[in-house]
Amino acid sequence: MRYYDKLIFELSHKGRTGYSLPGSSLGKVALPSELLRKSPLDLPEVSEVDVVRHYTNLSQMNFGVDTGFYPLGSCTMKYNPKINEEIAAHPLFAGLHPLQPAETVKGAQEVIDGLDAALAAITGMKHFTFLPCAGAHGELTGLMLMREYHLAKGDTARVKVIVPDSAHGTNPASAAVCGLEIVEVKSGADGLVDVEALKPLLGPDVAGIMMTNPNTLGLFERQIGEIAKLVHEAGGLLYYDGANMNPLLGKVRPGDMGFDIMHLNLHKTFSTPHGGGGPGSGPVGVGERVLPYLRIPQTSGFHGNFGVMLRAYAYILMLGREHVKMAGPLATLSANYIKESLKDCYKLPIPTVCKHEFVFDGLINDGAREGKAGATTLDVAKRLLDYGYHAPTIYFPLLFHQALMIEPTETESLETLDDFIAVMKKIAAEAAEDPDILHGAPHNAPIGRPDETTAARNPILKA
Amino acid sequence: MAGFSYFPHTDDDIRVMLERVGVRSLDDLYSDVPADFIYKGEYDLPAAMSEQEVRDFFEELGKKNTQLKVFVGQGAYDHYVPSVLPYITSRSEFLTAYTPYQCEISQGTLRYIFEWQSMVCRLTGMDVANASMYDGPSAAAEALRMSVACTRKRNKVVVSTKLMQNVLDVVKTYLKYPDIEVVYAWDVLTELGPDVAGVIVPSICRHGVIQDLTGIADAVHAAGALLIEYCDPSALAVLKTPAEWGADIAVGDGQSLGIPLCYGGPYVGFLACKSDYMRKLPGRIVGQSVDASGKRCFVLTLQAREQHIRREKATSNICSNQSLMALWVTVYLSLMGPEGLRKVNELSCAGAHYLYDELLKTGRFEEAFPGRPFLKEFCLKPLVPVATLQQKLLDAGFFGALELDGYVTFCVTEKRTKAEIDALVAVVKEIAL
Amino acid sequence: MSKILDELLYSESHEWVKVDGNIAIIGVSDFAQAEMGDITYVDVPAEGDTVTKEEDFGALESVKASSELYSPVSGEVVAVNEELEDKPELINEDPYGAWIIKVEMSDKSELETLLNAAAYAEIAK
Repeated sequence: MRYYDKLIFELSHKGRTGYSLPGSSLGKVALPSELLRKSPLDLPEVSEVDVVRHYTNLSQMNFGVDTGFYPLGSCTMKYNPKINEEIAAHPLFAGLHPLQPAETVKGAQEVIDGLDAALAAITGMKHFTFLPCAGAHGELTGLMLMREYHLAKGDTARVKVIVPDSAHGTNPASAAVCGLEIVEVKSGADGLVDVEALKPLLGPDVAGIMMTNPNTLGLFERQIGEIAKLVHEAGGLLYYDGANMNPLLGKVRPGDMGFDIMHLNLHKTFSTPHGGGGPGSGPVGVGERVLPYLRIPQTSGFHGNFGVMLRAYAYILMLGREHVKMAGPLATLSANYIKESLKDCYKLPIPTVCKHEFVFDGLINDGAREGKAGATTLDVAKRLLDYGYHAPTIYFPLLFHQALMIEPTETESLETLDDFIAVMKKIAAEAAEDPDILHGAPHNAPIGRPDETTAARNPILKA
Repeated sequence: MAGFSYFPHTDDDIRVMLERVGVRSLDDLYSDVPADFIYKGEYDLPAAMSEQEVRDFFEELGKKNTQLKVFVGQGAYDHYVPSVLPYITSRSEFLTAYTPYQCEISQGTLRYIFEWQSMVCRLTGMDVANASMYDGPSAAAEALRMSVACTRKRNKVVVSTKLMQNVLDVVKTYLKYPDIEVVYAWDVLTELGPDVAGVIVPSICRHGVIQDLTGIADAVHAAGALLIEYCDPSALAVLKTPAEWGADIAVGDGQSLGIPLCYGGPYVGFLACKSDYMRKLPGRIVGQSVDASGKRCFVLTLQAREQHIRREKATSNICSNQSLMALWVTVYLSLMGPEGLRKVNELSCAGAHYLYDELLKTGRFEEAFPGRPFLKEFCLKPLVPVATLQQKLLDAGFFGALELDGYVTFCVTEKRTKAEIDALVAVVKEIAL
Repeated sequence: MSKILDELLYSESHEWVKVDGNIAIIGVSDFAQAEMGDITYVDVPAEGDTVTKEEDFGALESVKASSELYSPVSGEVVAVNEELEDKPELINEDPYGAWIIKVEMSDKSELETLLNAAAYAEIAK
């Protein structure tokens, strides 16, 4: 990666053209001048080659799945197959207007229906809506469905949603948008939801519980059957946050565990690219209990991110009923392999078999000594960038101070995992020898650590 | 795995790895899962396909769609997509990157988002823009929630029913549950009062009429509320900007800036505001800074606003954006420049007015809003049965005359040639009065 | 060990109060600023707003955290430290000099529920 210090505006030269448009034989229409823009529009004036080189240069400061390995916990950064992209750009789909009559979009409808059926088969849900454009958007849509379920039954008192203390950070914010209130249930020492702590929280004011399973520590909530029974008896619903679905792909179905509503992240479990932060897709599925009360909330403008759905469907067709069974187990194998290989260098607070991911609590020997601070999880993460890896998820979950959360996925080879393990050991050795090597990292990235404080105190948000 | 290209594990690899983990089989990795929950059946999925079979499969499905010349807008516009756009946006460094949390290896993403924010500000005249939203309609809903967060002790919002239907639908959904009162009005000024936090109006109404917003901002501000303008960003190259009308927040959908129709998504929403409200903007924001050695760099900033920190007090639960679609728009605007974008509008406007005049000449329509200015989208009152009209157009390969509020709506972009317009008009002429 | 001034009163949520007649001058303790790290923004009410004891009146922001400010007393905001708008770092540099708001108290007896320096020292560690 190479540092490149231009903004497109800095390449602009008055009178240069990057567009190619037809001439007009229809003349010009004069619009009323009081409706027209008065201020000049200061967009760049650049040639096509300027544009192509500029953005190619920008791309070379970026790390992606095609560049290297992402051990990024809770993000499921699996390989993004290229056939997906070909299908998503297919001209027989790309030109469809979202409001075209049904009889002219039968192929698109078959994509939606086929993906719906496939996701239902994989999850044990009945049907999915594809309106949500991201995981958090799915969560929001799912919580709205939960509210609608109770409202449809004439029950207006259920305004509380229970979440485990290890839950993803978006949960309280999503609940607030739906006018719901979050109640936390504690985890036990084993990292699992404490069923005894849950019981007193259940009552006529509870709309439901939101869980990931496996949870954010990568542990399977073994008592999910009992939890489902208790929540259903109390009149609540179970919501499954599909962020951690990958280890269960081909092995365990949320519907069978008693979940009533769930979202999936097609950009995690179903191999669609993250695009530097989107577009994703967060379809929401419902089970039998919810189906009779289903009112789908219109949370996006048309049919959701159809282009992402095409990619996910292509992936599922490649996977088929044969290979799907191996996806979750191989992801789980990879995670456990890294965990077992590094537990001599990094603190492993929960040593049991994990699922797709696990959490270290910092270095065993951080190199701290008289007059010198030890290397932190942030330092380890930044040093990994020097060695050509993306960093793991850090400081999450909040249950551990130096949390370093690793998720490899099933698309990485043994050699890739071994190389990563070797580098993680090397970094641990560097920390023990001289933590300053880590404090200053990254040394080889296009830039060093940024001054985030000044950026927030004196925001410069546009050129 | 033998025979499947996305799983690199050989049988030997699996054996070595199981050994290290200390279990005998892959099944043993699930020993903590109660046996009842292990799925033992055959998954009801199609048999695995080869890449060529997948290609053929979608080709067959694609043929079941009818490829039409699009003469409808209503929030999704068939503008020309320069070839550079799919080329740049499919670079895997952009496409396969994660969210730019590790800024040292994400400067590409962070820089183009900074450019996007700058361009959104230049189009709208606003001071600050975020890194993008899911789409225009959800951005409108978030802007209304934001107006409540920006004003103290006010929890009512006024929504103009002149907005497009999909915007109204999403706004209604988002504002149903929280403690916000929503009033819908054709004339928003009739609903102003001391408890109103925000008012949203379109710059072009659902019927295509360019709105004269004179006096609206003053009235809204006098009532102590914020004015939100929903706009087509492409049109802002020629039309008065939200800042010029006095709006506090500008939102809309970036689809009209080079994003393919793709049956409704992915698109990209934008949300920009005056600097006074910067701290209440939902979503991600990229800022400029320097690294330890003084090099200019870009970082996610003002994160204390966001859901992972503010939790239930955050303005929004959004935690990502539509980054790659923001790149489509940024590259598009770079190519077009001020002149190109102005020309796109001139061509679309000329085409739309030509179609409008020619359709009236057929005698099959009456004017719906005589004398009212429009850009590329308009409504007419049909004098022939709408179903017949639509079917004849479909049969001839046109998507047009979408029914709306008792009228039919058409849209013309620079992609539609005079020959196509003439052909559409010829079809209309054949319909018996 | 964070600095605690003997002449001030404190709340359990780490605000300090200096009493000047009927006016309460309010800031945050040295302990609170150290916990937050580099403060990047201070969200404050407007002059004339009313604040209520134990309800939030604003927030402190740092790069990776946000913390609500809770009013130790009830009353009307009569002054806001405008210097903090451009220099939020003053709270880090001098937490007891960088007051945030001044409140004309509506019920001075509320002061009795606040902690003295010794009692606060038990909390701020």
